[in-house]
Amino acid sequence: MVNALDPQNMNRFSEASVSVEIETEDMTLNIGPQHPSTHGVLRLVAKVDGEKVHDVKPVLGYMHRGYEKLAEVRSYPQITTLVNRIDWVAGFSNEIPFIAGAERLMEIEVPERAKHIRLILTEMARISSHFVFNGAYALEVGALTPIFYAMEDRERVLDLIESVTGGRFHPNFNRIGGVKPAAGAGPTSKKNIQDLPAGFYRDTKVAMEKVIQAADQFQNLIGGNEVFKKRTKNVGVLTAETAEAYGVSGPILRASGVKSDLRTQTDYLPYDQFDYDIPVGENGDCYDRWDVRVKEMVESAKIVLQAIDSMPSGPLQAKVPKVIKVPQGRTYVRAENPKGEMGYYIVSDGGLGPYRLKVRTASFSNVSILPIMLEGALLPDLIAIMGSLDFVLGDVDR
Amino acid sequence: MTEVLIKVGFLAIAALNGAIIFTIMDVKGASWMQRRPGPLHVGLRGFIFPLAEILKFVQKEDIIPTEVDRPVFKWAPAYVMVSCVALFAVVPMSPTLVVADLELGVFFALAISSLGTIGVLTAGWSSANKYSLMGGLRAAGQLIAYELPLILAVVGVVIQAETMSLVGIVEKQIEWGVPFVVGGQIVGFLIFMVAATAEMMRVPFDMPIGESELTMGFMTEYSGIRFLIFYISEYMNMFILCAIASTLFLGGYHVPLLPTEWVNFYGPVVLLTKTAILGFILVAIRWSQPRFREDQLQNLAWKILIPASLVNILVTAVMKVGF
Repeated sequence: MVNALDPQNMNRFSEASVSVEIETEDMTLNIGPQHPSTHGVLRLVAKVDGEKVHDVKPVLGYMHRGYEKLAEVRSYPQITTLVNRIDWVAGFSNEIPFIAGAERLMEIEVPERAKHIRLILTEMARISSHFVFNGAYALEVGALTPIFYAMEDRERVLDLIESVTGGRFHPNFNRIGGVKPAAGAGPTSKKNIQDLPAGFYRDTKVAMEKVIQAADQFQNLIGGNEVFKKRTKNVGVLTAETAEAYGVSGPILRASGVKSDLRTQTDYLPYDQFDYDIPVGENGDCYDRWDVRVKEMVESAKIVLQAIDSMPSGPLQAKVPKVIKVPQGRTYVRAENPKGEMGYYIVSDGGLGPYRLKVRTASFSNVSILPIMLEGALLPDLIAIMGSLDFVLGDVDR
Repeated sequence: MTEVLIKVGFLAIAALNGAIIFTIMDVKGASWMQRRPGPLHVGLRGFIFPLAEILKFVQKEDIIPTEVDRPVFKWAPAYVMVSCVALFAVVPMSPTLVVADLELGVFFALAISSLGTIGVLTAGWSSANKYSLMGGLRAAGQLIAYELPLILAVVGVVIQAETMSLVGIVEKQIEWGVPFVVGGQIVGFLIFMVAATAEMMRVPFDMPIGESELTMGFMTEYSGIRFLIFYISEYMNMFILCAIASTLFLGGYHVPLLPTEWVNFYGPVVLLTKTAILGFILVAIRWSQPRFREDQLQNLAWKILIPASLVNILVTAVMKVGF
């Protein structure tokens, strides 16, 4: 025990400088699985110091439904109902690469008309997915109104999808070798197969014009908002190198300045017949990711408008055997989904269903970037960055 | 004693009604801007909706989590509400229709208005929830950042009016012929409104609630009637701060050209109209703007609003002495 008042010690103590730093401990904050901004049941274990995020660990698996395993005991036509539910915001586009993979293994040439219908509906699914993103993202940075407009505009597109396929989210419309006859087309017979419902072209033209208008409105009202710019510009910057290293794809990769779009790189649908731009961002921040998606909506609407103008006539279905058996072999088909690259690796042993199905989903790889992007971010930025990745938990966990 | 009771009753009823009117306005504004048909049509064109809301909350179970600091948790909503109601005491509806015409009315109003934040902070602290705690701390941070510009903005008015009594301020504006917002306090008015928006925790400064980040901020753990009290005091606060802003800057219960001898009759109507106009602007902002980040709010307060309000005071003082 040292007596501080002892004259001998006084000198020593007076020289000692006060250097006490307040020791703070990081607080572990569980964001999710039940949280308004995690798009479902993503859980983030965040180490936060006040508002500052030091470390984030995404915990996945709350939504795992085992579709890859289930697919092993299902036949090919049955699997489309499963894969519809992977990314439920854009249900239709999940079917395409799977069906295309099966067709490639069976060496079936799909009729042009069926391909065009697939393409139109895929682009519509992209538009509807980006509408949801637009509304939800505004909600995440605190603007409550845009979601209502986005949902209302999306409804027009969903109505069109419904009029063709009979389903809004889970159309289950693709068949191996083509598409099924349209839902709203009235009575069908073998001789007279109605494919698209009456008035579809007219309605589509109106709806696509509305989509372009809505995108313009978003650009003005959300993108032009000063508070929105403050919240998103230079927030969560993702460089092209990091994005590529982590397998990030889709609009997020393009926002970082990489002009990579599987629609032009592969031939799963006849995109080469149409004229469209691939919007690319500059800085790779949240604003660019938002901006790229809004521009993409306009491009998708343009593709749809071109596609209905150049719709070829012909059959809807190629000739396929009654019992679908896929020959032995393996293939990987990838497609540009609204969220990014989606791929199906199909291993067939010649049976009714695949021997093994591996699904590569965009959101899963995109979420893997979260710990890198969130390090040192502020808590509100965490939400802004997470929202800008636009993931769907069904797409993450499958 | 009876007089005190009547006054307290008047305060509570007036403030509550103001809150209900503002709730209707907010909900109707939302449904109008968001094209949501519900609150425009259901139940007498949406006008009895707040009643249903209140009944719903009252009959709900009042859940108190086990880990909370019980007395603090229970009393925090009441604390917030009382501070709101007390604020209304100094607002004059007419020269005579005022609960307490204090000599230091402005001082009282500003002091009481910051008390509510203590309630918010204790609610966040006692909830034993990390989200609530962050909401409460954000509210405290906001209080420190915004109380200063709020006070400094009012100082300009006080210099110009040479009195701190709210009735006196209004009388001065009648004497001048124009409200202070026209007569040189436009900057002060804007600063006051921005700071008041932060004070009442509304968009774009609603970080203490920040439902996309903190689920419901300091209110996360509250349910039933205690949540209702928070909910109502939010609107009460909005109503009263708008009323104070109209009194200080917009000429209070009087509009130019109206005969002053009738002011006791039209006073309340005029004041409420002005309050409603200010309230509508806040509603429009709420449904059209995203939320700022906490550090951006602090930057705005310390780097822009406080210097601007100091310059405002300087200019006002120079004008006052010079002319």
